[in-house]
Amino acid sequence: MISFKLNGREVKADAPDDAPLLFVLNNDLGVNGAKFGCGKSQCGACTVLIEGEPARSCSIKVSSVAGRSVVTLAGLTENGKPSKLQQAFIDEQAAQCGYCTSGMIMQAQALLDRNPNPTDADVRSALNGNLCRCGSHNRVVRAVLRAAKEA
Amino acid sequence: MTVIPATDRRGFLKAAGSITLAFAIPAGDALAQAAALAGAKPKLPGDMETNRKLGSWLRIGADGAVTLLVGKVELGQGILTAVTQICADELDVDIGRVKLISGDTAQSPNEGTTAGSFSMPNCAPAVRQAAAEVRALLIEMAAAKTGKPAEGWTVADGAMSGPDGAKASYWELASGLSLEREATGAVKPKNPADYKYVGKEFPRLDFPGKFTGQAMFVQELRPEGLLFGQVVRPPTYKAKLTALDTSAAEKMPGVVKVVKNGSFVGVVAQREEQAVAAAAALAAAAKWEVEKALPTSDGIFDWLQKTKPAKVIETKKQPRNGGDPAVKTLEATYFRPYHMHGSIGTSAAVAVLGADGVMTIDTHSQSVFETSEAIAMMLGVDKSKVRCRHVQGSGCYGHNMADDAAADAALLAAAVPGRPVKLQYTREQEHRWEPYGSAMVIKTKAGVDKDGNVLDWDLELFSTPHGTRPGSHAGNLLSARYLEKPFEMPTPQNGGPPNYAADRNGIALYDFPGHNVLTNFITDMPVRVSSTRGLGAYANVFAIESFMDELARAAGVDPIQYRLRHLKDPRGRDVIAKAAETFGWDKWQKKDGRGRGIGFAKYKNIAGYCAVALEVEVNKRNGRVRVVRAVAAADSGHLVNPDGVRNQIEGGLIQSLSWTLKEEVKFDDTRVTSEDWVTYPILTFADVPPVEVVLIDRPGAPFLGTGEAAQGPTGAALANAVADATGVRFRRGPFTPERVKAGLTA
Repeated sequence: MISFKLNGREVKADAPDDAPLLFVLNNDLGVNGAKFGCGKSQCGACTVLIEGEPARSCSIKVSSVAGRSVVTLAGLTENGKPSKLQQAFIDEQAAQCGYCTSGMIMQAQALLDRNPNPTDADVRSALNGNLCRCGSHNRVVRAVLRAAKEA
Repeated sequence: MTVIPATDRRGFLKAAGSITLAFAIPAGDALAQAAALAGAKPKLPGDMETNRKLGSWLRIGADGAVTLLVGKVELGQGILTAVTQICADELDVDIGRVKLISGDTAQSPNEGTTAGSFSMPNCAPAVRQAAAEVRALLIEMAAAKTGKPAEGWTVADGAMSGPDGAKASYWELASGLSLEREATGAVKPKNPADYKYVGKEFPRLDFPGKFTGQAMFVQELRPEGLLFGQVVRPPTYKAKLTALDTSAAEKMPGVVKVVKNGSFVGVVAQREEQAVAAAAALAAAAKWEVEKALPTSDGIFDWLQKTKPAKVIETKKQPRNGGDPAVKTLEATYFRPYHMHGSIGTSAAVAVLGADGVMTIDTHSQSVFETSEAIAMMLGVDKSKVRCRHVQGSGCYGHNMADDAAADAALLAAAVPGRPVKLQYTREQEHRWEPYGSAMVIKTKAGVDKDGNVLDWDLELFSTPHGTRPGSHAGNLLSARYLEKPFEMPTPQNGGPPNYAADRNGIALYDFPGHNVLTNFITDMPVRVSSTRGLGAYANVFAIESFMDELARAAGVDPIQYRLRHLKDPRGRDVIAKAAETFGWDKWQKKDGRGRGIGFAKYKNIAGYCAVALEVEVNKRNGRVRVVRAVAAADSGHLVNPDGVRNQIEGGLIQSLSWTLKEEVKFDDTRVTSEDWVTYPILTFADVPPVEVVLIDRPGAPFLGTGEAAQGPTGAALANAVADATGVRFRRGPFTPERVKAGLTA
């Protein structure tokens, strides 16, 4: 049994120590958002925040988050409403299929937490490890810059 | 089945200030009445012609619910938002009321496959007509009930106001409304000017859920009692399993069942990581007979030109009728490597075999109807025993492994009746086994007059198939070919006019006096291939538009002027001019290492127009090509959702830059070696240039499909810009630094 803080709430998961965090989030704890894309930390679709830092949950053993804080896409919402960053993604219509978006938003949140006023180049650099196949990159960058401006 | 949650309308309005929406609707169908008079069934718009009952498209509930049923599915292209806009407008209801069911073989109208940029031309007009007719029926009922004439009624969100203060509502009439009747085609839809949602700024309905962590994707389904499946793929395409001891895997933690059927191997386990581990153990234990039969990714272009085609097709034969002989003849050959769909999410499905013997599969297939029949054939059951429901997946950009995942989930679920099984492929499986966009070779030849204008144009292309979709046949499902009683893959056909396939856009839109197109259609497939965004159009437009640039250069004419000399189509001329103007073509100043290029096509010669102009910087020392900026001008007819069109054009442009700059499926003589994002890199944030998309709206004109319009023009514009920057013509993608550097020093 592994205990950790998920989106501010203490949770327990009855999962093998070496199970990937992503599978435990998805299958044991019913968390959406973080998605399987490659299983090799190459695409960023599974990104969550661990102690505020972006991490690829497909390649992290669940045991390594015991006692730590994990935040997923739903954890960013405020009283059930989209956060500023999430709203900025809606306002900029910053996706097509939206499969990679959860990872993008988590990665971008980590950037904004560290650097509240990023430049276009800062955003591109922070998101360079998050792959998008639909070609929504420029909209994503605009969404992150909008969220920073409106913060 | 995709259900879009009703979202609160204030959210839309708040967001509306910054967003436009597009896609295209023309006005009413007058063909109907004449046909009815003749006693024939009236011609109905779009896919309503084959799904004629109003109840196939709409349900009105006494509880105030409006349910729209469509057979087309959401692939990230925004189609469901666009048809919901149309439905709400024609029916005069608040858009928040409209609940959508799409792609459920047990409920939705059969609209075939969601592909080929056909959803706006075929689904949207059907939805418009269904909503207009249902509204008219409800008004007739209200008139009868209140004893007032049927003329002069208005409707606001289902509340009806008639002559002399008469009142009624959709919801009180709903119980008496029978939609088990065919559409008449006689009701005229609204004037486009009266639309409230169509053509206006309108945000995607599925984004709030996707951006806040609601379950929106097939990968996020978690039915009660869920088990997890994985499959073991052979090491090579034609490998045969010679031995497999399953006993060790069967004893692994959580393993519920190992499934072995011929050379198909899979496993079902309690937990996902247990299924992954057991599949790895099975893969390690399996013994295979493998073949070395591939021509290699470097040898494929020779192979294409040397292999006997199954068919040689005269796609166009128009010899020049007299006149002077050409002064000069120019020739060039262009090459397109295999490209991957490269979905970010690997393909997935959830299947369960019910007590009633029905296999129900939640799938992100583009072709739920035909795929359910193919799976029934594979399972050896009646087609009524397989139900597919569309649930969104990662963007697919054509026929990826969605259908294979549905089939594999069904094979595994059949082994554990009553228990739902979820399967999601590994990255390596998706990369190595998906059906790629075919490699192609295109030879062009032009005889020109003394001013360099084209007199005789010849294009000859060599390609393997571009369509191996399930098409109701088990042999098109990957795993079905490896079963103990294998299903043989049917020989693929090349699609004919007006859409074409390998030769899609093989016929240039230009008005050449002599114009021949010859298609060498090869049905041998050394690697697996199928429909990839644009089919042959990407390579054909790449070749045509590259060659036009070469001809312009040889003639000493500006490439835009050169194109306009050869093009009569006024809407084509308009998008080229618009792209040039937006780019600032006339003001552009040449700098060292910089170049500009243009590319143009009307997709399929019957869908959306698109011209792309872009600027590159080429580092001559290391061969690196950087796209500095890009503009696209597009004409998709009447725009339903302008931002949807912009999003599709910009996304297609960026994806095509990725194909052209970076992508090539690599394989040796045995196996595909592009197996992840390191061995098959795609464009990333740092590489993506600013993109400006400008739209030409044509209110009242037919909707033209847009999703694939940017692919060809972008690739060609890039090649032309690199040639402009370096003076060297690159005719084979991708334009990697190594290839460009080698070309510059050759």
